[in-house]
Amino acid sequence: MILNYSQPLELSKLTSWIDTALQSALPGFWVLFIELLLVGIALLAAYAVIAIILIYVERKVTAFFQARVGPNRVGKYGIFQTIADVLKILIKEIIQINRVDKFLFFTAPFFMVVASMLTFGVIPFGQGLQAIDFNIGVLYVTAVSSLGIIGVLLAGWSSNNKYSMIGAMRSGAQFVSYELSAGFALMTMVVLSGTMQLGEMVETQRYCWNIFNGHLASLVAFVIYLISGHAETNRGPFDLPEAESELTAGYHTEYSGLQFGFFYLAEYLNMFIIAAIAATVFLGGWMPVQIWGWDAFNQLMWYIPSYVWFFGKVGVLIFFSLWVRWSFPRLRIDQLLNLEWKYLLPINLVNILIMVLIVLSGLTLTDIFGK
Amino acid sequence: MSNLSLFLAVFLTGIVLVVAGLGLALLLSPKSFNPQKGEPYECGIPTHGTSWMQFKAGYYLYAILYLMFDVEAIFLFPWATIVRDLGMNGLVSILFFLLILSLGLAYAWRKGVLKWK
Repeated sequence: MILNYSQPLELSKLTSWIDTALQSALPGFWVLFIELLLVGIALLAAYAVIAIILIYVERKVTAFFQARVGPNRVGKYGIFQTIADVLKILIKEIIQINRVDKFLFFTAPFFMVVASMLTFGVIPFGQGLQAIDFNIGVLYVTAVSSLGIIGVLLAGWSSNNKYSMIGAMRSGAQFVSYELSAGFALMTMVVLSGTMQLGEMVETQRYCWNIFNGHLASLVAFVIYLISGHAETNRGPFDLPEAESELTAGYHTEYSGLQFGFFYLAEYLNMFIIAAIAATVFLGGWMPVQIWGWDAFNQLMWYIPSYVWFFGKVGVLIFFSLWVRWSFPRLRIDQLLNLEWKYLLPINLVNILIMVLIVLSGLTLTDIFGK
Repeated sequence: MSNLSLFLAVFLTGIVLVVAGLGLALLLSPKSFNPQKGEPYECGIPTHGTSWMQFKAGYYLYAILYLMFDVEAIFLFPWATIVRDLGMNGLVSILFFLLILSLGLAYAWRKGVLKWK
């Protein structure tokens, strides 16, 4: 049975309609300008909305794990709580500290936000809903997301505060260590897919998601990626850069008002980005679930819009990440670094070789069953 | 649209978000002056001296190790993309590369770099 891949609710029709409408009405330069502006506005809106929803969800889910109610005063079920928080943080004074390195102190939030925004731009949110599709997408993601650590180090160094300094140093060691594991786990999937372009990578998972396609090796890479993703975002049991009971708040202790708000924003967006990259690379991105031979079921799954699939997968991963966060005690720094260098990295290197053998001997599910 | 112009657009979006946010906050937020307020907060008591001083060397060793592996990763990514085309020959060649890489890690491990002192 040939599946009908076009659905009524896809947003890609809207974008192509806007493109043709602009092309017919305006000269080339203005079309480019307006489209770039629209891309910027759309990304900005998505960035803000996702952050607001994520903060609300985080507080509610945290409350659920701790057997309390969570925000419930502002609006029904407290749904306007985050908006109230945003307004509050906007009208808080940004305190000027005397003995800080003024320029670096001011620059640090830029690094955090721009790094997460640049990564945000390459995520395929749905069919045709991807701002930039680099042919070196995976490499770009690992490269650009590590820009954020410069922001953390700048913040910690420039604050002239010993706790910030310790927090930033811990964060630096932790981030660069786990960056390796995340990169190698993604590389395992590059071996399987044979492409680094995120859009194409989703396309190769049309018949079988990567996590099933490579058998156990895929699963190992997925688990390693989730662990290192947690560590990279300073969350879960790996939150020792901002361990509030030992370091007040770590690298952003001296920040106040909206300058602090940007660190907070970038942190939540990084959580989303890790989940989104995991969903894209391992869980098929916006591709619906497909089972070999069940044609009617497959067609039915294709009627669900692609962005629903994407955000569904991301939602599940974020819920999982919060579950981990509230279930495990914080690690010590030597345990943290041991876990990476003595366990995850060697496992990862062997795992890549196993994946190469699986691919070369034609044992992936798509090779066995055909398409 | 070319990827470069899109990249620049996304980059500028990030900058604009921070600048606009800080500008709005400066307009809306109250301002008051107090000599006490300008002191670093740290943990609530007055700080002693500067924080810009020498720091534990352990972190530096991990950074060096990271550099080693990260540069290797750049070489491995192109190979990973075309692993199907290169076949067994490519695997054998890269195996030597990975072997040297792991020897580096084994050396550091043996030297006790991975032990947090």
